[in-house]
Amino acid sequence: MASPVLEATDLVKDFGAVRPVDNISFELRRGEILGLLGANGAGKTTAINMILGIVTPTSGTIRVFGKDLARERIAILRRMNFCSTYTQLPGNLRVWQNLTVFGKIYRVPNLKRRIDEVLDLLEIRHLKDRVSGHLSAGESTRLNLCKALLNKPELLLLDEPTASLDPDIADKVRTVTKRIREEDGTSILYTSHNMRDVEEVCDRVVFMHKGRILFTGTAAEILSHSNEQSLESLFIRVARGGEIESGEGKGEPDATT
Amino acid sequence: MTFSTIQALVLRNLYLYTRTPVRLVELVFWPLVDLLVWGYLTVFLQKHTGDSFPYQITFLIGAVILWDILFRAQQGVALYFLEDVWSRNLLNVFSAPVTNADYLVSTYVIGFLRAAVTSLLLAVLAIVLYSFNLFELNWSLLPFVFNLLVFGWSLGMISTALIVRWGPAAETLAWAVPFFIQPFAAVYYPVASLPPAIQWISQWIPCSHIFEGMRDGLKDGVVSWNDLAMATGLNAVYLALAGWLFVRVMRTAREKGLLTKFVAQ
Ligand SMILES: Nc1ncnc2c1ncn2[C@@H]1O[C@H](COP(=O)(O)OP(=O)(O)OP(=O)(O)O)[C@@H](O)[C@H]1O
Ligand SMILES: [Mg+2]
Repeated sequence: MASPVLEATDLVKDFGAVRPVDNISFELRRGEILGLLGANGAGKTTAINMILGIVTPTSGTIRVFGKDLARERIAILRRMNFCSTYTQLPGNLRVWQNLTVFGKIYRVPNLKRRIDEVLDLLEIRHLKDRVSGHLSAGESTRLNLCKALLNKPELLLLDEPTASLDPDIADKVRTVTKRIREEDGTSILYTSHNMRDVEEVCDRVVFMHKGRILFTGTAAEILSHSNEQSLESLFIRVARGGEIESGEGKGEPDATT
Repeated sequence: MTFSTIQALVLRNLYLYTRTPVRLVELVFWPLVDLLVWGYLTVFLQKHTGDSFPYQITFLIGAVILWDILFRAQQGVALYFLEDVWSRNLLNVFSAPVTNADYLVSTYVIGFLRAAVTSLLLAVLAIVLYSFNLFELNWSLLPFVFNLLVFGWSLGMISTALIVRWGPAAETLAWAVPFFIQPFAAVYYPVASLPPAIQWISQWIPCSHIFEGMRDGLKDGVVSWNDLAMATGLNAVYLALAGWLFVRVMRTAREKGLLTKFVAQ
């Protein structure tokens, strides 16, 4: 099998006395959409920030495209991208100006054409000349996604991409996510609280709780281990501290038990 | 270091100034107020002190212009970072393939452009309003001005490092840092007029040699190579130390998750 695009091994992060990520290991295979699922504070964003190099792990290693992130961060970042509901593009610039700036940072060839392409893909071409700060929350999430797709990333990190979207647009974003995976073979790490997202988009799920991984596997595999009818009810039970026998899809031993 | 990245980061700031021209007011308004106040003070002093210290007095106008070069350069660097904080863009920038060097060099460029706009404007107005011609120093002016610019960059990096380390609460440092050193830097008065202990401090500040050298230059028309050499040497040390501090603080910020906290606040 081809080597994984992303390999996180024994990742730990301590912020003083807080340990938001507690010894997790997982991998993202080429062309796969992997869901990172977990309640508020489970450590999803911290994990993503470590993969982006914005937060350095206390211990453990991250390999992306077979390279060590700690050593080859810039070369790796060129080939990936990220979109989060927590960040915005500068509100005082126009949409096309923001995309131009990031397009140049990522050295996107034929930038003007690529900008039109991504705007079309997210159906916001008509907003091209608008001031970014004047966009609605949903529009600005889609602009963030445009930025994240500019360089045709081989690895895309999406932190709650559908959080502020209405059902119609959320559905479109899911469709786009699947489409870029089909067309460009993009590997995607996708965090969300929205079970619909996870069930519809993700090939496999890493289920985090309090910094640890409880389950890894397809949604069906996870459910078969948990005596729950749906991911949603499993999620709620875990979040409320219900007793869960942790298990792992495909019979792999779980990292945390 | 990548040219296209630096170009993009500079472009982001140029868009900002063209998009919101009201930002230019800050580049023009405060320096202009300074020039008017110090300029008319000079006119007044000249009238009432006769010919005894004419050069020191007209130098007040030169000092205003030169101090502004330093201040705008420092602010160019520090505000550049704050713009990304204010617009919640920090994670986008630092999760992109941007090295510390790319980032710093683009802040220098912005600092330089800001200083250039303000100083040219002030220099021309000083000629028109007060017949004070800074360019009397000819080409020897350039190395002095360049030294001020570089010291402004160093102070800018120090301000940014403090803001990264201590969070948005430290934002006011972006404006305050140059004024910490101003009293020691002999901007408006000769070093000799300071008490000995402060004179001792002031010899370690690059820009005090610049202002001292400028005063001598305007008085005798002779370039003070000694002052220039001291300023350049000290500047090299400050620039290296400030760069080191910035890089170190960025590393700490990654360890403590400080960059992500900016987003949350
Ligand atoms: N920079 C930081 N400094 C200190 N603690 C932090 C920092 N960043 C995150 N934490 C803590 O780490 C824990 C995990 O946070 P994280 O943002 O990773 O959770 P999450 O799974 O993304 O949650 P959510 O679903 O709410 O986005 C939280 O308790 C948070 O307070
Ligand atoms: Mg999160």
